[in-house]
Amino acid sequence: MTGAAAGGAPPAGAGAGAGPGRDPGLQPERTRLAWRRTTLACAVTAVLAVRQAVRGPGTAPEVAGCAFIVLLWLAFLGVAHRRIRALAAPRPPVLGERAALGATACVLALAVFAVAVLL
Amino acid sequence: MIDFAKDLRLWFSPQRVRDEGETPDYRFSLANERTFLAWIRTALALVGGGFAVDQFLPDLRWGVRVGMALALLAVGAACALRAVNHWVRCERAMRRGEDLPVSRFPVVLSLGVGLVAVAMVLVVLLGWTDRP
Repeated sequence: MTGAAAGGAPPAGAGAGAGPGRDPGLQPERTRLAWRRTTLACAVTAVLAVRQAVRGPGTAPEVAGCAFIVLLWLAFLGVAHRRIRALAAPRPPVLGERAALGATACVLALAVFAVAVLL
Repeated sequence: MIDFAKDLRLWFSPQRVRDEGETPDYRFSLANERTFLAWIRTALALVGGGFAVDQFLPDLRWGVRVGMALALLAVGAACALRAVNHWVRCERAMRRGEDLPVSRFPVVLSLGVGLVAVAMVLVVLLGWTDRP
């Protein structure tokens, strides 16, 4: 994570009006919002998943399924939150592989859960 | 397939990516990250579509409904895997100063989504529902 900050090239073509702490293209800002959008999309899918899990009066497996989905969403939120905090730096480090794999794992877990509930 | 195995190893050994080439301008990496997130959202939308088909089309026959939902879920899972794979490959290409990888996946995904849409139209037109 620190390698990018230490050996990073200076931002090429940074506008004359750009201060040292601000990217004129607002790239960290846009990336932060992209994480927010993705968390929102994850929330919508999680709500659908909970709706799928709970169809009866609330038996033990249904409650467990709900808890699993909520934990998944919280995990995604945690990944996004950590990344958003890292993006607050003037020259943010490259996205870590763990965060990328974590986000992917959440989506895959949702898909596997869906298949398990369907069949 | 061998290439894919190599990429798979890269997913879990970040050092191997970092050791190669030079660190690109951070803005390129951020753009790559946003592309990754856009693919993840696509995957989430497809998985959500799988849930929606099962929940909001109760009149469809069981086989049609579950088949359609499973197709959407499978495409969604493939999309998520492809997102992280493409991200790693792009990051590596940028470090090495190579061209960005090209891919057939967008075409396959578009055709798949198109097929599901056409199948839905046919199902509705032909009336393969349980409702008389």
